[in-house]
Amino acid sequence: MSEHELRVSKIRDGTVIDHVEGGQALNVLAILGIDGSEGHGVSVGMNVPSDRLGRKDIVKVEDRELSQSEVDVLSLIAPEATINIVRDFEVVEKNRVTRPDSVSGVLSCPNRNCITNADEPIETQFDVVADGVRCDYCATILRADIAAHIDV
Amino acid sequence: MRQDHLITATQLSRDDIETVLDRARAVAEDPTAYADRHAGRVLALCFFEPSTRTRMSFDSAAKRLGMDTIGMGDVDSSSVSKGESLSDTVRVIEGYADAMVLRHPSEGAATLAGERVDVPVVNAGDGAGQHPSQTLLDLHTIREDHGLDDLSIGIMGDLKYGRTVHSLAAALTNFDVNQHFVSPESLRLPRSVRFDLHETGAQIREHEELEPVLDELDVLYVTRIQKERFPDENEYHRVAGEYRIDADTLADAPDDLTVMHPLPRVDEIAPDVDETDHARYFEQAHNGVPVRMALLDTLLENAGSAENAEETEADR
Ligand SMILES: [Zn+2]
Repeated sequence: MSEHELRVSKIRDGTVIDHVEGGQALNVLAILGIDGSEGHGVSVGMNVPSDRLGRKDIVKVEDRELSQSEVDVLSLIAPEATINIVRDFEVVEKNRVTRPDSVSGVLSCPNRNCITNADEPIETQFDVVADGVRCDYCATILRADIAAHIDV
Repeated sequence: MRQDHLITATQLSRDDIETVLDRARAVAEDPTAYADRHAGRVLALCFFEPSTRTRMSFDSAAKRLGMDTIGMGDVDSSSVSKGESLSDTVRVIEGYADAMVLRHPSEGAATLAGERVDVPVVNAGDGAGQHPSQTLLDLHTIREDHGLDDLSIGIMGDLKYGRTVHSLAAALTNFDVNQHFVSPESLRLPRSVRFDLHETGAQIREHEELEPVLDELDVLYVTRIQKERFPDENEYHRVAGEYRIDADTLADAPDDLTVMHPLPRVDEIAPDVDETDHARYFEQAHNGVPVRMALLDTLLENAGSAENAEETEADR
């Protein structure tokens, strides 16, 4: 583990989400639904120098592993992220995120006139396109500000 | 067309379009041959916002196919205003009708309806989204004048909120057409429509003025710039005035230029254009009936064959 990463304390068991684009760490926590009340130990490193990204964020969550759907959504705001599963202080698995074809029920549509914002019993559905996501209902494309529309 | 809903023009292939337009031509040539074709069937006209013309056009088309039509009455006094969800409303209406036409103020409403019901759904306008049956009659009108390939088509006006524009632009990507979009900067095509056009490799160009492209156009499709889109009425008048055409504007246009408009117009096409050989907007509106007859006929036929396919599977 590099010197930089040591700025964030080591964990015994859990998940280290590394190579998150600088400034996105709190959005990562929002996607995972972590606000501290769950009792897991959480460490966040922000704007840590990185060879690959310049500056990156790191999120370490103790005693928690991620589901595939969480990883899918994570990939939208942190496409370069690596997910390390730690058991007994050792990284036992290291995965890059991959972008899913679509995400359901996690983003809200930014188009206020979209039927998904009209009190219908309906789950949002977005297709993942080249550099963003697109609402299956109204076709609105969401690019830079995906994190602002995470609905978890 | 294999599917039995018509929700957006992006779902239409060249084959789908030609199937409906060929049938529309046959219907126009011999309407009586279609008179009893769907006798005993019922079409529900679900208009969640007012639209006399589109509603009457579907009503007329259905009746000429021998169908009965049912409507929702005044939206203000219906269960819609009591807060029932669209999902519930369409599921209830599904039991009353063999097909439904839906006009709704929210984008994506028809997609939702299509997911909820098994009878064919036709999107007759969803907010600023799509209006694909209008596109079919637009294409029919263009085809009767020029065919649908090797054309330059100018689309002018409110391209941002104009659902007829969004549907037409998408459908035209099936043909060899150069599309010229003429609008003020603030009313350019939305990102999602441009995305689809680029995906298909369509030939498109965007302009703020008509004049430089007018002489290369085969068709000029004019749409209304809506006053309510502008917070400032002066700004509206400034913009709207620049996208208004009259007989003088068209003096240097190609002789066979076709001028179209989804109607109603306000003042974007001066009445003196009506007297020129270019005007085709009333004909275009009249084409709504045979084209919608052909569309309903095609969708009901597809729905019927889907039912039969299910039965065959169950019989095995
Ligand atoms: Zn939407």
